[in-house]
Amino acid sequence: MNDLIKLSGTELAAKLRAGEVTSVQAVQAHLDRIAEVDGALNAFLHVNAEEALAVAAEVDAIRAAGGAEAQALHPLAGVPIAIKDLIVTKGQPTTAASKMLEGWMSPYDATVIEKIRAAKLPMLGKTNLDEFAMGSSTEHSAYGVTRNPWNLDRIPGGSGGGSAAAVASFEAPLALGTDTGGSIRQPGAVTGTVGVKPTYGAVSRYGAIAMASSLDQIGPVSRTVLDSAYLQELIGGHDPKDSTSLPKDLEGLVAAAEAGATGDLKGLRVGVIKELTGEGYQEGVQARFNESLELLKAAGAEIVEVSCPNFKYALGAYYLIMPSEVSSNLAKFDGVRFGQRVLPKEGPLTIERVMAATRAAGFGDEVKRRIILGTYALSAGYYDAYYGSAQKVRTLIQRDFDAAFEQADVLVSPTAPTVAFELGKNDNDPLAMYLNDVATIPANLAGVPGITVPGGLSEDLPVGIQFLAPAFEDARLYRAGAALEALLEKQWGHSLISQAPAIDSASIAQEA
Amino acid sequence: MSAISREDVVHLAHLAHIEMSDAELDKMTGELDAIVGAIASVSEVASSDVPATSHPIPLTNVLREDTVGQTLSIDEVLLNAPDSDSDRFKVPAILDGE
Amino acid sequence: MSNYTDELVDFDEALDRYDPVLGFEVHVELNTKTKMFSDAPNAFGDDPNTNVTPVDLGLPGVLPVVNKTAVEYSILIGLALNCQIAEKCGFARKNYFYPDTPKNFQTSQFEDPIAFDGYLDIELEDGEVFRVEIERAHMEEDAGKLTHMGGSTGRIQGADYSLVDYNRAGVPLVEIVTKPIVGAGKRAPELAKAYVAAVREIVKNLGVSDAKMERGNVRCDANVSLMPKDADKFGTRTETKNVNSLRAVEHAVRFEIERHAAVLDSGAKIVQETRHWHEDTRTTTSGRPKSDADDYRYFPEPDLVPIVTTAQWIEELRGRLPEPPAERRKRLKAEWNYADKEFRDVVNAGVLDEIEQTVAAGATAAVARKWWMGEIARLAKAADKDISDLGVTPATIVELNSLIEGKKINDKIARQVLEFVIAGEGTPSEIVEKRSLAVVNDDDALGKAVDDAMAAMPDVVEKIKGGKMQAIGALMGPVMKATRGQADAGRVREIVMEKLGL
Repeated sequence: MNDLIKLSGTELAAKLRAGEVTSVQAVQAHLDRIAEVDGALNAFLHVNAEEALAVAAEVDAIRAAGGAEAQALHPLAGVPIAIKDLIVTKGQPTTAASKMLEGWMSPYDATVIEKIRAAKLPMLGKTNLDEFAMGSSTEHSAYGVTRNPWNLDRIPGGSGGGSAAAVASFEAPLALGTDTGGSIRQPGAVTGTVGVKPTYGAVSRYGAIAMASSLDQIGPVSRTVLDSAYLQELIGGHDPKDSTSLPKDLEGLVAAAEAGATGDLKGLRVGVIKELTGEGYQEGVQARFNESLELLKAAGAEIVEVSCPNFKYALGAYYLIMPSEVSSNLAKFDGVRFGQRVLPKEGPLTIERVMAATRAAGFGDEVKRRIILGTYALSAGYYDAYYGSAQKVRTLIQRDFDAAFEQADVLVSPTAPTVAFELGKNDNDPLAMYLNDVATIPANLAGVPGITVPGGLSEDLPVGIQFLAPAFEDARLYRAGAALEALLEKQWGHSLISQAPAIDSASIAQEA
Repeated sequence: MSAISREDVVHLAHLAHIEMSDAELDKMTGELDAIVGAIASVSEVASSDVPATSHPIPLTNVLREDTVGQTLSIDEVLLNAPDSDSDRFKVPAILDGE
Repeated sequence: MSNYTDELVDFDEALDRYDPVLGFEVHVELNTKTKMFSDAPNAFGDDPNTNVTPVDLGLPGVLPVVNKTAVEYSILIGLALNCQIAEKCGFARKNYFYPDTPKNFQTSQFEDPIAFDGYLDIELEDGEVFRVEIERAHMEEDAGKLTHMGGSTGRIQGADYSLVDYNRAGVPLVEIVTKPIVGAGKRAPELAKAYVAAVREIVKNLGVSDAKMERGNVRCDANVSLMPKDADKFGTRTETKNVNSLRAVEHAVRFEIERHAAVLDSGAKIVQETRHWHEDTRTTTSGRPKSDADDYRYFPEPDLVPIVTTAQWIEELRGRLPEPPAERRKRLKAEWNYADKEFRDVVNAGVLDEIEQTVAAGATAAVARKWWMGEIARLAKAADKDISDLGVTPATIVELNSLIEGKKINDKIARQVLEFVIAGEGTPSEIVEKRSLAVVNDDDALGKAVDDAMAAMPDVVEKIKGGKMQAIGALMGPVMKATRGQADAGRVREIVMEKLGL
């Protein structure tokens, strides 16, 4: 395996700046890696080789010319990145992993993509996801499953399994994901990578195909905490095109990560959420979590127990609010203005029937389930009991967080209750699938930021540790996350991801 | 609170404009019934003195000046149209409504 | 299904047995530069689909952003309707599928409209005043335009396909909803028309809408129900759409009253439905019945944050309110000292603004009325145009009048000059100059013309000499003819008298 691809984004950026390697070399190395292993992983739905190499060449030329323009290059310029196929990109298809948008070419770029282009990060391509971001395993993609690089029979998490698998398998050092109920963090946990859901509004949603508008956020996916800090600083910021975008930019994320990496957590109060441990959490997950707590304590953190009693209603509230917004957000997919149009096989050709046939053919089962559920939750006579009640639970969960953050600066929990499960395990049990998000959902409901960092292995599969911080305090995540990362790597003597089984043409041939 | 019936699902599929076969309706009813049962507990704790939160971060008055921006070209507009004539989207006959 | 053979009960008869209850939803298109939630141009008549952004097409990933001016215009409308302005209001999604609605939901306001609990005092033609209570006024966005093709009438039924233009999708609308209007009795149709006319006038006067009903800037949905005289509950109502003019409002309300009465008389129930007004047949036909498909599943719009109005902001906007039209009319009538009927005629002719401007430019109110209601009105009718479209300005009238008062021209010439002004030949003074229309004051020329006339009519001269002064009038004809109507009649008289030594 080419050493270039083993580098973190920050490390690669340093080498690019030092002139030790060119961006074209770096991008080519990653394209070669994708060619080698993605047949087995299926992390990528589209590879953007030509444009990526062109951007890389452009960056190399600027650097070679030196002068003011070279000085002005973004720190991550020339570092390749993969984009979750839920974020619209001009020049590459955006499918949301759905048949509905097969081959759809957006006429506009998402705001985060505009920033990526301005900073000149070459985009390697679009990564796989659960269709319209609905799922926890990427098994609901219309374009095949993505496999976990740690074990090809296991799920990479979802909905952002593609981005996580790409980063975990060294196909890309950086990626973008979206997180509505854990879709960045849970894949991060089960693939041994880092993923962050920023404070709601910290990153513009303009151009992220909406799933649940009051819950969605775009966020960074990487192998190190520092990389995610750089990436969030790049993609974050106020956007006049997004009315829910925070007025003030969040700052100091990289600085916080660097500070945290010293491993000194004196003065930090870390709250263990009682309701997010114990029953329902696999033994190995719980064990890794407890060990991490010990490490944090040894580093000077004060560990306290906090209780968030309303968290037990979080899953229910989420599975009411989210499908309700989904049912409305996905109404636009009707075969009129864009996307697939399917005609009914028999009977009169009316627009009503064409819409119904289009949506029947274009959406997968999970999407249909959630649309119907959401339509139900909003319908006349049911609103108060379902959607209305869920919005009240949201208030209670925010209050629980407020109370908890009185006692602690960050909260901590296992990111997911289990390690990566087998592909196909939850095929017939949607409800069981939903339980994967119990620990991640509360943050989306409240709008607070969360990060997952690799916490060790159980059954040879990664376990993730989640930190949560108050709204706007994303920096605290980077400090705590970087500290735990440093402490664990010191204890292990290496990073967790370096322990992932080697995947290359040889091992793939062996599996086949 | 009653969990969801097949009749409900038929009606909802119609509202949501998703055509479903009988088999699909049966399956969906079973799945949704279980899900709705599991999430119904939210109404237990949602008493009348708890206000609803519709936006996680409380912002107000995000307003835009009344200045014209950039529009799409007609090619960009019709780029992905499933059916169109030279300048408008084409849809089959509309039956209900006016 | 078409129902041209609806039974009707004679209006007066119907009113003997039933009390009509009315309700109106009037949609006002705001004339902001950009749309409600996107910065695409809010314009008319451009090529299809050229005024759209990704937001207006409802493309995947787009988000709305509220137009500040549209909010201010909405508040102005609320204030002009004597409404309370909400301290905090928000937006909601109204979910339904239709090809003219790009997101298949409309972003509107539901539980918390920007304005509510207002009223409008409507003065009917005979001076009776009726208070219409306003339930709410709220902001929403318009839909695109569907053109139905292939069918014979261009209407939906029978169309093979439809074409969609999203230029108007997203245009800001304010929907004004009345509370049920009771007690209008026989005057219901008249009140309906007067109410819509008043709303139209208000938004035009505020400058927030072009307010042309024929353009769809102001649209009215009329709700009608009948209550039997002894009942205490409202009857079932029907909503009538496609009411595109003030005349149609009056007729549609009248028709529905007659139709409801017939249905109720027969013992049947009114079907709660949306009906369609047909101006050509002056009837309503059945549209689609209100069904479960109308479950709009409203919920708060997550992509837009609430609007909070401060007392300061509202007072600043209140300061921008122009004089209400009704107040203005009262004031002008008094200032101009017109009689009731004179004033009503001016209002009905639609020349209130013109007369006001003419007075402001220096003419008296009487002179202004003489011209605008007299010669200009006549010319407009002959040309089959609106008075305000003729090309006559207040300045024209003032100039004409001062030319008359300065005896440069007389009334008859002035009327000619006016026609030339309308034809685009220039200002009155320029025309008089160019065409040598000035009254002839030259005594020599006049003298000669008088001599000629007297020579041709010796018997008239005798009569004048005999003391019949009116006979001078007979000389006027030939003199005017000789001077192409430009003789100063007064001077001619004097010259005749001089010449005859009288």
